[in-house]
Amino acid sequence: MPRDTIRGKVAVVGIGETAYYKRGQSPHSEFKLCLDAIRAAARDAGVDVRDIDGFSSYSDDRNDAMRISSVLDLKELNYCVMQWGGGGGGVMGAIANGAAGILAGYCDTVVVHRALAQGQFGRFGQAMAMPVAPGEWGHVMPYGVLSAAQLFGMRITRFMHEHGVQQSALRAIALACYQHAQNNPRAVMHGKPLTADLYDQSRYITEPLHLYDCCQENDGAAALILVAAERAREFTDKPVYILGAATGSAPAQGATAGGISYHNAPDYATANFKTLAPRAYRMAGIEPNDVDVVQAYENFSGGTLMALVEHGLCEPDAINHFFVPENLTAPHGKLPLNTSGGNLAECYMHGLELAIEGVRQLRGESCNQVQNARIALCIGGPLVAPASTIIFGTDAGTNP
Amino acid sequence: MTDDTYLPRGLPDPVPSPEGLGTEYWAATRNHKLVVQRCQDCRTWQWGPEIICRSCGGEKLGYEQVSGKGTIFSWQRAWHPVHASLKDAMPYIVVLVELADAGKVRMIGNLLGDREQPVQIGVSVEAVFEDHPGDHPFTLVQWRKT
Repeated sequence: MPRDTIRGKVAVVGIGETAYYKRGQSPHSEFKLCLDAIRAAARDAGVDVRDIDGFSSYSDDRNDAMRISSVLDLKELNYCVMQWGGGGGGVMGAIANGAAGILAGYCDTVVVHRALAQGQFGRFGQAMAMPVAPGEWGHVMPYGVLSAAQLFGMRITRFMHEHGVQQSALRAIALACYQHAQNNPRAVMHGKPLTADLYDQSRYITEPLHLYDCCQENDGAAALILVAAERAREFTDKPVYILGAATGSAPAQGATAGGISYHNAPDYATANFKTLAPRAYRMAGIEPNDVDVVQAYENFSGGTLMALVEHGLCEPDAINHFFVPENLTAPHGKLPLNTSGGNLAECYMHGLELAIEGVRQLRGESCNQVQNARIALCIGGPLVAPASTIIFGTDAGTNP
Repeated sequence: MTDDTYLPRGLPDPVPSPEGLGTEYWAATRNHKLVVQRCQDCRTWQWGPEIICRSCGGEKLGYEQVSGKGTIFSWQRAWHPVHASLKDAMPYIVVLVELADAGKVRMIGNLLGDREQPVQIGVSVEAVFEDHPGDHPFTLVQWRKT
């Protein structure tokens, strides 16, 4: 790289999650879930929770840093940032922003956090509660384009049309996630295996997306703790380093995800990683074929597929051949994907559970462990702007 | 005027943005005219409406009438009702239509006709004006195959 970057300078030293619930089944409020995940991550790191002095979240998180820091009686609050953008597009960006705060010297110990209680608050799978549809939305919502699946579905349709993608490629992603969830007791879909027949017979939410192509709606919380790389060994003998990260958008992807300008983006059939992925790889000093395991956000399986293609993990003309469950499942697949079950089958914790699983893989602690995993790619929500992606490694100086 | 709309009443009604964007478009559809925002300096079409021209940065923007002919650029068929008013309206088809004579801008609408008809990208469609009477009447632009 021509200039200094974040590569290898910040480490994840702790991860924490609450139990994951189906929407509405959490016995606790969203804020309580948030506190529980943060305390779990601090315990995992061996960090005194009162030493956390930085917060980073995304998607207009309701659990604000000032309340958390007061309730947890933190010694100092030195940094609190929110990644722009709704949905899970900003999840990996929130980790990168946390790392940037440490690297800049603003703070020492950052928690990246996300909590959701869709029972307490609104459901993502229903129409946005708007009495009228102003501006951008007026050209979309009166036609029944109201939910996330509907806002993003036509980009997937167009991509499938341009590249001749068959339904089996989407199905392979769902099958891989569900297969991994069967080995993961934390997964909401643990004990609920999915077969190709079940997938084929399942109802459409909106064509081309079947029920099993769409993320779950869940309650829970997740958190991870970041410190400067040189401090990492104080806390863990398995630090996981950030090697590269990128957050943003290709040109003119729209003022509002799913608004009418979104549908007038010059490049429409994109998950919005075409500018980000090369930047993250360059920063990390790796190539796509150095990636050992991938955790890629599934709002909808079609977007996941597009994100993987845009990260150089499969050529567009090889999609139907490559996207089969055998290639996507640990331990022997060519590209083990979403090894905890992901948003589809573990929990929709807005993708932060995917970053945690990436860390777990590099610690050798996954329930679907990829042997000798050294590089984990974690991709935030596709089909939105800004989107984000991050690359983790076991070695701060990894140079494959 | 007709009550016979493709989707039942109850979805959020379109209104211009708080900045006023869209006012001219919705006024034109009431008169069964389809207009698109166009820069009066560099002549670039743009959609949705914005406060300056995305191409040249100019501030002299107007709206010009277009033919209402286009092709299906993408589509989806919704099967799961995500809004209470849609419970008896499933499935329905949404199309993204590219307007050839307006710089290939794209508009969203419903594809009229059989709700379970096959839909293909590239098929020609034309605009149909669907009036929604009431205290705050408006007219939606829908699409049918030609």
